[in-house]
Amino acid sequence: MLTILFDGFAYGMILFVLACGLSVTLGLMNFINLAHGAFAMAGGYLTVVLMNRFGVSFFLCIPAGFLVSAALGILLERTLYVRLYARSHLDQVLFSIGLVFMAVSGIDYFMGAQQQLITLPPSLQGRVNLFGIQVGVYRLFVIAICLVLALALQLVLTRTRFGSQLRAAVDDARVARGLGINVSLIFTFTFAFGSGLAGLGGVLGAEILGMDPTFPLKFMIYFLVVISVGGTTTLTGPLLASILLGIADVAGKYYVPTVGSFIIYTIMVVVLILRPQGLFGRATTR
Amino acid sequence: MNRRHLLIAATAGLGLLTATGAYAQQTVKIGLILPMSGPFASTGRQIEGMAKLYMAQNGNMVAGKKIELIVKDDTGTADVTKRIAQELVVNEKVSVLAGFGLTPLALATAPIATQAKVPTIVMAAATSIITEQSPYIVRTGFTLPQVTAPLAEWAPKNGIKKVVTLVSDYGPGHDAEKAFKETFTKGGGQVLAELRVPMANPEFAPFLQRARDAKPDALFVFVPSGVGSAVMKQFAERELAKDGIRLIVTGDVLDDDILNGMGDTALGVVSSHHYSAAHNSPENKALVEAFKKSNNMRPNFHGVGGYDGMHLIYQALKKTNGDADGTKLLEAMKGQSWTSPRGPVSIDPETRDIVQNVFIRKVEKVNGELYNVEFATIEKVKDPVKAAKK
Repeated sequence: MLTILFDGFAYGMILFVLACGLSVTLGLMNFINLAHGAFAMAGGYLTVVLMNRFGVSFFLCIPAGFLVSAALGILLERTLYVRLYARSHLDQVLFSIGLVFMAVSGIDYFMGAQQQLITLPPSLQGRVNLFGIQVGVYRLFVIAICLVLALALQLVLTRTRFGSQLRAAVDDARVARGLGINVSLIFTFTFAFGSGLAGLGGVLGAEILGMDPTFPLKFMIYFLVVISVGGTTTLTGPLLASILLGIADVAGKYYVPTVGSFIIYTIMVVVLILRPQGLFGRATTR
Repeated sequence: MNRRHLLIAATAGLGLLTATGAYAQQTVKIGLILPMSGPFASTGRQIEGMAKLYMAQNGNMVAGKKIELIVKDDTGTADVTKRIAQELVVNEKVSVLAGFGLTPLALATAPIATQAKVPTIVMAAATSIITEQSPYIVRTGFTLPQVTAPLAEWAPKNGIKKVVTLVSDYGPGHDAEKAFKETFTKGGGQVLAELRVPMANPEFAPFLQRARDAKPDALFVFVPSGVGSAVMKQFAERELAKDGIRLIVTGDVLDDDILNGMGDTALGVVSSHHYSAAHNSPENKALVEAFKKSNNMRPNFHGVGGYDGMHLIYQALKKTNGDADGTKLLEAMKGQSWTSPRGPVSIDPETRDIVQNVFIRKVEKVNGELYNVEFATIEKVKDPVKAAKK
């Protein structure tokens, strides 16, 4: 029972790390960025290449995945995304899904279609006994990173000057500009940060979820479920939603395997009926 | 238009007609429909590489006919496969359809094969029922029950009495689950739980935990090859082996394409399958070498299905003396036997399924790379599902 709870929690954390970057771009910037998974894939493949071809340590791949994806984010934001902020959501969806397909074919072309595997350093393998339950070391590691991340993000957004500038920029870019806030710089930075988080998710997820060229499409549904259940206006929303969904999914599959895989969707439907803005979202006034 | 013009036009038309007729007689077209993109692209790559390798090795002329290969990408989607098959038959007038990475893709094509009387070579899709859907379907890959039953037979003789099965929730998975249970219980084994995982499922924790709680001697797994690595990793991460649970799988899980990337977690895992890149025969050594050179990867079990599929088409054409008529070609395929890189194989004239040796293998390190090393052979295995129906 406790093992199931722990596994569900760990799985939820992986969902969170994959989705929290999206809650930054989609939620905070109000940009429908379906290409989020492509940035995650960039992080994942970077890890694969670094570890398998160059023998780089996994611990170094974690910051590398974040930085490279963030750099990619800056590049794409400056050249492509910036043109679409003012456009309709439909345009944004079409544009970003197009990016996904390009990323899928690109990776397929350069890396091949097969699954890419990494081998964790020995210190992250195996399991340990924690309060009488057997838990995987790697899962514990992922949980720790996620919790720190969630806390840090929330603090940045609510307690810092940058956080309030960002919120102002999103809510009304014109007024924010009038107040002397460099909106486009803030947007670039935020987008890069969201992309970096996606890349980090890719690095951490590569071991458990596997990496192949269809990654962004396969997991798009999971990001979106987390974001829609959690709401997009805060970070605690997606965090709690991921935990809820992770535990429900794992427990469902354990106890009622025949319907287990639907539970995650059932929860989403119920939440969206009761609270269309997500569990923790504020109702939009716009 | 006066009469003379009409005459000229008619003659020209006739000339054109005979010209295309003559052309059609000189060329035998093979329509190879494969998932070249999407999640099953690696299957497509393997088979395409093998088909081209076979043609490079054996030339493109058979019994005075030029062989033309037309490769089409169906992205692994059944309605696309069906549309492409239709186009290939109607517009390109192919003599043979081949490929088919997944069961639904082969099933979608079955009615076309029957209607157009075009022999259809299934090189990868592995549910038992496929060949029953059209009298024109011939299989050169394998069926899941065919490779599963020998493992279920081997297990109780080797100290595995209680097993939990874990399969992907789709046609081949159900086939594997059923075949394993039937043979295993007949041999005195007991299946404690039958777990089915959804196709799109990144997390195996709940299923593995369930398996662990049931305390079996072994966990039997069939999942498609890409998914297999995730199961292997999580099996290792959970340290089920330390709880005394062995892992036995079908060869799909230890696909040669990705096996080497799995790392030491795969060492010692026992599986059963019809092909391993480490198969010890001169034919296979030559094939592995040639394929690595031309495609820069190891051949896998799908690839060998493609290689033998091409061989079957060539053999049949030789037998009909170049006559590409669908029904004659099909008859010529039935009962063919040859030495494949995987060992001796033949086409069962009744079921049109391949009869082949199945091997029990264990993952070992050979020259620093991981391979499935065969240690026991079950000879001339037919698809047990169809054998049981008789």
